[in-house]
Amino acid sequence: MVQITFVQPDGNRTTIDAAIGDSVMQTALANGVDGIFAECGGAMMCATCHCYVDEAWAGRTGKREDGEEDMLECAASEMRETSRLSCQLKVSQDIDGLVVHLPEEQA
Amino acid sequence: MIAGALRDIVIVGAGQGGFQAAASLRQEGFTGSVTLIGTEADLPYQRPPLSKAFLKSGNADQLWLRRADFYEKNAITLVPDCRVNRIDRDNSTVYAGDRRFRYDHLILATGCRNARPPIQGLERALDLRTLSDARRLRTAAARARRCAVIGGGFIGLEFAAVAAGLGLDVIVAEQASRLMARAVSPEISARFADKHRGLNVDIRVGKSAAAIDDAGLHLADGSTVAADLVLLAAGVVPNAELAAEAGLIVENGIVVDEQLRTSDPNISALGDCAAFPMHDRGFRVRLESVQAATDHARHIARRLTKGDAGPYSAVPWFWSDQADWKLQIAGFAQPDDESEMLEDGSVLRFSGARLTAVETINAPKLHMKARRLFAETPAPTRAEALARLDVEERRRMAAGA
Ligand SMILES: Cc1cc2nc3c(=O)[nH]c(=O)nc-3n(C[C@H](O)[C@H](O)[C@H](O)COP(=O)(O)OP(=O)(O)OC[C@H]3O[C@@H](n4cnc5c(N)ncnc54)[C@H](O)[C@@H]3O)c2cc1C
Ligand code: FES
Repeated sequence: MVQITFVQPDGNRTTIDAAIGDSVMQTALANGVDGIFAECGGAMMCATCHCYVDEAWAGRTGKREDGEEDMLECAASEMRETSRLSCQLKVSQDIDGLVVHLPEEQA
Repeated sequence: MIAGALRDIVIVGAGQGGFQAAASLRQEGFTGSVTLIGTEADLPYQRPPLSKAFLKSGNADQLWLRRADFYEKNAITLVPDCRVNRIDRDNSTVYAGDRRFRYDHLILATGCRNARPPIQGLERALDLRTLSDARRLRTAAARARRCAVIGGGFIGLEFAAVAAGLGLDVIVAEQASRLMARAVSPEISARFADKHRGLNVDIRVGKSAAAIDDAGLHLADGSTVAADLVLLAAGVVPNAELAAEAGLIVENGIVVDEQLRTSDPNISALGDCAAFPMHDRGFRVRLESVQAATDHARHIARRLTKGDAGPYSAVPWFWSDQADWKLQIAGFAQPDDESEMLEDGSVLRFSGARLTAVETINAPKLHMKARRLFAETPAPTRAEALARLDVEERRRMAAGA
């Protein structure tokens, strides 16, 4: 288990024990974290699982997948340098303590 | 219809679209009651993984759209295991046996069910629509050696790819002259036929099924395919009887207008069961896709809470995973729209001068470009399409220039 912290747009924080191998999106849904919709179930088709990786973690969550950037450009909230699709972020030991910020809007 | 007038919203069908309608109503700030009624006993779940990840893993934990406490937290009254059997429009009430639910607005999200063509012994075939179907199919596949699939559409082919991956012998019998004929171009059909043959799937097009017995599947041409598992995946029919019996207009699905209202303005319909006008194209369609179910649901929720949401005009998109190929479709083409294959095997579809769809395999960037093009340009011409999708640049690259 590794810990992931989700920060809501209003600053509210929830820290979750995440299972290695799950995606950050699955972790959020399985733990009732608001703000991740994931309408396509992780097929990288919908961009309703958008999140911003905390600045402190910049560069430590790997590169965007092929096509992820184009998908992010269609997200409901603005794409930033730190934007990722949480369905493409895999939980591993390397990201223990990860903090992600949720956008205002997903759809 | 304005927000203030609505107190009770009832949704019939707790699948992808019914769930989304309930969730979106709350996101849009609807404060009245929301009742989500469905025949299935499980929490609302996603169907796409049933023919993909779930078939392999058997892990249902990843299927739920939300956990049980989501419904409580959002004051959505989930009524599982409950089949609505009558709509009484005069009294704005739906009945499920002796249970009754009064509505100010009713949303029909009843989906569809497998079509059952006249095949002798069809009761021996398995279905793949619901989670309980998928559980049954997994158990049967674990014991099977030879599978015959009736129907070479998305679901039949996704199953075939998984079964072949498990080392089973698989044949697919498709009645039409090519695979996925309703939804993709002949070029993409052909690429997938080759792909499946490469996986050792025996693809037989132009073959209809006649009977199933102990020996396996008998085809109408007199040949027999030995099989200890037969999957029925020969298309679907919309669950529209409830609407028809209530006197709503039904024509290949529950007919709705550009606001997704049925012929009764107090009743909306969405997703797999709804025949809606394709924006600006002059015809009505019924789409079986996550996109249609969720975008319809959101549109209806906005209309019910904000009063007006404009005409429904979301860009259609679809995907299908078969072995290591991801097919993606942006836009909507009719079967006889023209097609033009690009160097990388992607296909542009045209109706006259207008781009109608872009079909790609393992090319997510082009897929997303196409979705943006459709969202930003109402009726893209051929020239616009070629420029915006960087076709010339791709050609130069392919030519090594
Ligand atoms: C195996 C499979 C794979 C798929 N793969 C993909 C894919 O890769 N990509 C994609 O875009 N789409 C895919 N789809 C299609 C997608 O899942 C559907 O388009 C989507 O689920 C439609 O949502 P819906 O709400 O309209 O209907 P559904 O999700 O089917 O929900 C309808 C619900 O209504 C209930 N119901 C019906 N009648 C009544 C009644 N009288 N009273 C109460 N409840 C009732 C039904 O039991 C059902 O639970 C797939 C579908 C299947 C079956
Ligand atoms: S869940 Fe759809 S893109 Fe991530």
